[in-house]
Amino acid sequence: MKAEDISWVKSPEFGVMDQIFLPAIFTGMVTTLTHMGNTLFSSKDVVTQQFPEQRPNLPANYRGVHRLNRDDEGRVKCVACYMCSTACPAHCIDIVAAPSPWPDREKYPEVFVIDELRCIYCGMCEQACPVDAIELTTLYDLTGHSREEMIFNKEKLLSVFDKTVAMGTDPVRTTHGRLGVASEPASRGVTGSSSMQT
Amino acid sequence: MSLEFSLLITVILISAVLGCLNGGVAYLILVERKISAWVQDRVGPNRAFYGILQPICDGVKLLLKEEMIPKYVDKLFFVIAPAIALITAFMALAVVPFGPTSPSPILVDYRQNSPTYKLAVWPSTQVEYDSVMIADRNHAVENKSVSFEDQVKNYNSHIQFVLAPHVDIGILLVFAIGSLGVYGVILGGWSSNNKYSLLGSLRSSAQLISYEIPLGLSVLGVVLVTGSLNLERIIQHQVDHGWNVLFQPLAMVLFGTSIFAECNRLPFDLPESEQELVGGYHTEYSSMKFALFLFGEYTHMITTSFLMMAVFFGGWHLPFITDPNDFSIFGIALKFAIAAGKTVGFIIFYMLIRWTILRFRFDQLMHLAWKIMLPISLASFTMLVFIVHFKPIGQESIWLMCPVSLAILLGSGFIGLRISKPSAASTKTKVPYLGHGAGYSVQHDSKIRFESSGR
Repeated sequence: MKAEDISWVKSPEFGVMDQIFLPAIFTGMVTTLTHMGNTLFSSKDVVTQQFPEQRPNLPANYRGVHRLNRDDEGRVKCVACYMCSTACPAHCIDIVAAPSPWPDREKYPEVFVIDELRCIYCGMCEQACPVDAIELTTLYDLTGHSREEMIFNKEKLLSVFDKTVAMGTDPVRTTHGRLGVASEPASRGVTGSSSMQT
Repeated sequence: MSLEFSLLITVILISAVLGCLNGGVAYLILVERKISAWVQDRVGPNRAFYGILQPICDGVKLLLKEEMIPKYVDKLFFVIAPAIALITAFMALAVVPFGPTSPSPILVDYRQNSPTYKLAVWPSTQVEYDSVMIADRNHAVENKSVSFEDQVKNYNSHIQFVLAPHVDIGILLVFAIGSLGVYGVILGGWSSNNKYSLLGSLRSSAQLISYEIPLGLSVLGVVLVTGSLNLERIIQHQVDHGWNVLFQPLAMVLFGTSIFAECNRLPFDLPESEQELVGGYHTEYSSMKFALFLFGEYTHMITTSFLMMAVFFGGWHLPFITDPNDFSIFGIALKFAIAAGKTVGFIIFYMLIRWTILRFRFDQLMHLAWKIMLPISLASFTMLVFIVHFKPIGQESIWLMCPVSLAILLGSGFIGLRISKPSAASTKTKVPYLGHGAGYSVQHDSKIRFESSGR
């Protein structure tokens, strides 16, 4: 940064009208009243969304509840590589790997648990995943009556997948080849049943 | 013959006022929330029957909520503080007229050769009283005017819409009781055993004491012109001579600013500034005790709005519409509506100002009170004293106060400009550029070393 890069800004001159405050307060009052009038008499300026009735249209890259994706045959896509749980800054992912019952991969997750209360929804797990198995969805209104309820196991995470697929709110990454190296067809072949059979 | 005191009417009035006040405060919170929402381009509470039942829901919630008293608080004062806040707020309302009133008649001394001839007199003995009354009756017969006795009869014949009528220290009582409210804040903040609460209450005490001075000085002018502290008489004077705001607009502005500070409203809500002090003095309070603080605060708002209405805006009076001698049901209702309308107007003004001006910093707050408002109110009052005493342009010279007020305001602006010039000039000075990060280089050869705890 050079001296000539600095542009010196002079604060505006303070006049008598500013010094006695009252005209400035009056101007401020006009702004306040304008906003109030606009809200009262033309509802188009209102920014409120009536939540339970009106649902927000969230962008597809919203980071909500996780889901575990299924592959084309409806099996869990995860290969239990522990990349997500390693990447997780909140240490909320717990995986127990087991030898895969299917011929196309070595391991599969016997247990896959995410503590949704510990999760900070940073999305690093979905970035780390080499097979696009874990993704954050647009579901945001996550509630439960107990802490145990908020610990999502494999079945629950897979059900989130089914739910979001049924709702048609797929996250961005599942659109083939749009985002990230892992999403491209070539790398999908690691788990894709067709490429493994060759 | 004396001024009657009807216990029944007073009890009815008190219960009506307290009832209305409780409902009114609850709905003021709704109004506040609605106005806040509208100003911020929102909708506001609209769930419980379009928001109309929202205050009742809030009240039920606050009543049924768990009453939490933290372990290390001073229990006695912790419990007493909200009660003090509420009681003082209610008590201040006692002498404030909220509807049609007329001042109580004055007994004037018409005795020949009396030292107090043609002045108000308060006889101390029965003999003196009788002689004063006889002189008064004779004077009334001679001049075909209304005697004191008839005036009293007339006065007693209609209800005064003020809880404690003909209190001659009226406005002084409001200020005295109103400033006792600071005890609630201080005790609450101190007994909470919480730094935020304590800071909030300390700020509050400094603020309330500082703003009491311009508050009193701005009303002093009105008292001087009226010649009485009695609020009914102040209203009557305005009915006869025109509203005080016309003569003393500057005093009105000062009074308004001071009552904002007295009520802890924005831009002076330092005692409970949420962004700095969590909740200020009521951080540790929950459920109904918290609600009592809130109640006291809004009651203060109502009281001060009534005061503003009565002291500067002519109370129930509206030119060409209200008739002071109209005591029919319709007349009373009309005056009542006008008084209520003015008060509600001020309350809404309060709420709009909240979203117009930012909160002052604490030093700015003190600066405003001591260095700006106190000198201005003193100057304004001094000019008023001169005008009232010397009457430069005859009987109507009180009108001079209007241009004089404007002149004082502009003059203070010029003076303020001159005083703040040096600091304005300093903003233009250049800071020499020493290279990137020049000011932050670490001195490695420094003699100062940190004590290592390990060795």
